[in-house]
Amino acid sequence: MSVEERDPVSGERLTGHDWNGIKELDTPIPRGVLLFLIVTHIIAFALWVLTPAWPLGKSYTPGILGIDQKKAVEEQLVASAADKATWTKKIEVSDFPTIQADERMMLIVRSTGHQLFGDNCAACHGSDGKGRANYPDLTDDDWLWGGDVQRIAETVSVGVNSANAGSRIAEMPRFGVDQMLPREDVEKAANFVFSLSNPQFSQPANVETIAAGREVFLANCATCHGEDARGKQDVGAPNLTDERWIYGGDLDTIITTIHGGRRGHMPTWDQRLTPAEIKILALYVHSLGEGDS
Amino acid sequence: MISTLTRTERFLALWISMAVSICGLALAIAGREDPLLIHGLLILLFGLVCSYIVMFGYEEKAPGTERLSLYYDEPIKAGVIFAMIWAVFGMFMGVWVAAQLAWPDLAFDAPWSGLGRLRPTHTTGVIFGFGGNALIATSFHVVQRTSRARLPDQLSSWFVLVGYNMYCLIAVSGYLLGITQSKEYAESEWYADIWLVLVWVTYFVLYIRTLARRKEPHIYVANWYFLAFILVVAILHIVNNLAVPVSLGHAKSYTVWPGVQDAMVQWWYGHNAVAFFLTSGFLGMLYYYLPVRAQRPIFSYRLSILSFWGITFFYMWAGSHHLHYTALPDWVQTLGMTFSIMLLVPSWASAGNALLTLNGAWHRVRDDATLRFMMIAAVFYGLSTFEGSFMAIRPVNSLSHYTDWTIGHVHAGALGWVALITFGSFYTLVPVLWKRRQMYSPALIEWHFWLALAGTLIYVFAMWNSGIIQGLMWRTYTEEDTLAYSFVDSLKAMWPYYVARAFGGLLFLIGAIICLYNILMTIRSPDKAESRDDVPHPADLALAGE
Ligand code: HEC
Ligand code: HEC
Ligand code: HEM
Ligand code: HEM
Repeated sequence: MSVEERDPVSGERLTGHDWNGIKELDTPIPRGVLLFLIVTHIIAFALWVLTPAWPLGKSYTPGILGIDQKKAVEEQLVASAADKATWTKKIEVSDFPTIQADERMMLIVRSTGHQLFGDNCAACHGSDGKGRANYPDLTDDDWLWGGDVQRIAETVSVGVNSANAGSRIAEMPRFGVDQMLPREDVEKAANFVFSLSNPQFSQPANVETIAAGREVFLANCATCHGEDARGKQDVGAPNLTDERWIYGGDLDTIITTIHGGRRGHMPTWDQRLTPAEIKILALYVHSLGEGDS
Repeated sequence: MISTLTRTERFLALWISMAVSICGLALAIAGREDPLLIHGLLILLFGLVCSYIVMFGYEEKAPGTERLSLYYDEPIKAGVIFAMIWAVFGMFMGVWVAAQLAWPDLAFDAPWSGLGRLRPTHTTGVIFGFGGNALIATSFHVVQRTSRARLPDQLSSWFVLVGYNMYCLIAVSGYLLGITQSKEYAESEWYADIWLVLVWVTYFVLYIRTLARRKEPHIYVANWYFLAFILVVAILHIVNNLAVPVSLGHAKSYTVWPGVQDAMVQWWYGHNAVAFFLTSGFLGMLYYYLPVRAQRPIFSYRLSILSFWGITFFYMWAGSHHLHYTALPDWVQTLGMTFSIMLLVPSWASAGNALLTLNGAWHRVRDDATLRFMMIAAVFYGLSTFEGSFMAIRPVNSLSHYTDWTIGHVHAGALGWVALITFGSFYTLVPVLWKRRQMYSPALIEWHFWLALAGTLIYVFAMWNSGIIQGLMWRTYTEEDTLAYSFVDSLKAMWPYYVARAFGGLLFLIGAIICLYNILMTIRSPDKAESRDDVPHPADLALAGE
């Protein structure tokens, strides 16, 4: 192998190495590569001079710009809180009717409320607030605990069956499991409840069961759900006469509900959200549907 | 395979397999009230199967000294097959994970099939199962050919290959069982880690011993890269996995590194796993199979030197760019960022060196899908390193971090670079190993090429889009200085991209299955090539000691 061997394609000299047929050209490093190498090094050196870079035992070179990311974040947080204070203060001190009457404030409520709701509530209630099985729809005018803004704010604050000492308590007893009612009565009551929202179910064949179910209902359920079965908001007992269900309105699910009871859990938010945020959320939820008109 | 081992090696192999079985049994007994039990039994079973295979072939005729006149290719063949099986498994898991991100119900509510458990089986399956086996196989091939020396013995290479696959098996099965130390790319627990140390040190020693037997005056660039890969991965693995198990009867262990130092060690490891596993090793592959296939000399020896030392030196310092804007002190972040910027030039020098090597062979690139695989791989290597250096700049990272942009970058590297270079190398290697004239079906290689390219492009573009949209949505403020979008809003915006990604991944997976099929059919095809001039240096015969 002569050192002068050249590659016919590029005309470049070969290094003379040969590994299993692989050869190498002795092409010099392209100028562009060296230039680029120098540029990246200059950038690096500049950053070392300007910003914190090299360790010096227990401290480090601070850099002449005096950048400190922790301080920068703290300053940004303070500045942002100050910016926001202009309107958060107003929301905190104003009462609901005042805010609702103020179109500008309601604009803020809607845009901020959307994000707060998405990050805190959507996991259960859906990002449109329409709920899903086991989680109530917040956009309708059918309320467990009351749909005026004040009551919604209270529900959000303390939660339902939550860890909060002042939590709302919703307790649908376990009539079957705790043997408060025999199986036939559970089924009768269920038939009655089912018939309330399904008038076509009241056929001659079922009338007897429904009537018996009504008796069971009046004796066992009316205290909470009311004699007309339209629910009572002070105990969070839902209206059973409409088409809107938390757990489901088919006969089987109703039987399951009566047999095993229900204890929906809605977390408490007063430790996690600020009073202004809870107010915004209450107004936002209220504005989703008709609220309690 | 046992017939290629000498009598002494058979004895040793049996002994090692028995020792593994006993260790498995001991773990199973010590950990009988822990998930460790299952792993103990798995190791026991693995050891018993190996013992059985060795015993079954124990009495076969021992090879004579003439074996030393040939390269030792048996473990390489097995490695190629293992790599492709892991590829199909790992990429299937990737597609499943991708589909779960679009349709969460595909987790089927079982504990083992949740995203958190499947995701590491994907990363481990593709990086360590597919990538690792491919690297072990090709490194054994390259080091023998470019040194014109045979592997010094038969047993070490089998120990490395089989031991490594046992490690992968323990790791992946552990993740499904919920056994993990929660360090990304190093999730496996202490007993698996200790085993990998044994395997890896044997690998290193084997490589050095082979190089020491070389009949060439110089060590070829590919071997520098392979050696860097083996050595650095050993160091990274040991340092990052220093941990104390709860007891010898528990799978769980706790790392010795505290707090932010743990994070730094983890990402020093994580980044250099990218650097030395997914980059150096595969550059070794590129430096051999690309010039062989293109039949062209390497463009520039000097550029090779510059890029090798640049990559090896700069990568080591860049890990902290994974921890921008965290509790890590500012100065460490600056160092990570600046070294990442300096890293760009040597990275591009390698990509450029590969592409310029193709000068004079572009007609081959056009006609030969195998070479095209390697050409596109070099392009994606250049692309992902540019992207990486860019993302390492702090203000850019504040947009890209935590978003799908990172995932897009990962797969530009993983699919476009790592997987494509491997496929190109395998299509070059397989006919040589099994002494066939060519692959069973060149048309299927062509199909594989277009599926892989389409899959990669769909994947990467979907993730770039989704990542940047996500990043921008998270930092959009309203006039009132509050966030404009909730996280759920951004999630909904991701959905079409997640579907696209799953589709792109599916194309890529189909390509890999075609590749496995093509390889198996090549092995079965009767079309033997003329015996090539593919033997070690004749002087080896004279040196043969046995
Ligand atoms: C873990 C799931 C969960 C989350 C998160 C959650 N909720 Fe609820 N929420 C419920 C359940 C369950 C109920 C029904 C409680 C019951 O049975 O009385 C409920 C009830 C309510 C009610 C009462 C509805 C009525 O008809 O009176 C309001 C208002 C409400 N949620 C608002 C919110 C808001 C605002 C947020 C976010 C800050 C939120 N929820 C977050 C589960 C959740
Ligand atoms: C102690 C008060 C109380 C009594 C007594 C009671 N309920 Fe309830 N019931 C509730 C509360 C509170 C809920 C809402 C539970 C929740 O949201 O988790 C409820 C829920 C239900 C539901 C589910 C509604 C839906 O939307 O899915 C049905 C059906 C129901 N009750 C039927 C009955 C019947 C029938 C009886 C009598 C056998 C009965 N309840 C007795 C308090 C009561
Ligand atoms: C069939 C092709 C593939 C598909 C569909 C796929 C899909 C995925 C998905 C869905 C994730 C999780 C992303 C997330 O958490 O948001 C992921 C992560 C990952 N994949 Fe793949 N993948 C494929 C191939 C590969 C290959 C071949 C490699 C490596 C050689 C690879 C390496 C990785 C790595 C390293 C991660 C973790 C990224 C991170 O944590 O930032 N993938 N992949
Ligand atoms: C010059 C070369 C490169 C640089 C400077 C670089 C830089 C980066 C940066 C800044 C990140 C994002 C970190 C974050 O925000 O969390 C990243 C992530 C990643 N890169 Fe690269 N990259 C380079 C090349 C590559 C290549 C070639 C691959 C090959 C597959 C690769 C694989 C990965 C992986 C797997 C991650 C995800 C890590 C994780 O979060 O799990 N990188 N890289």
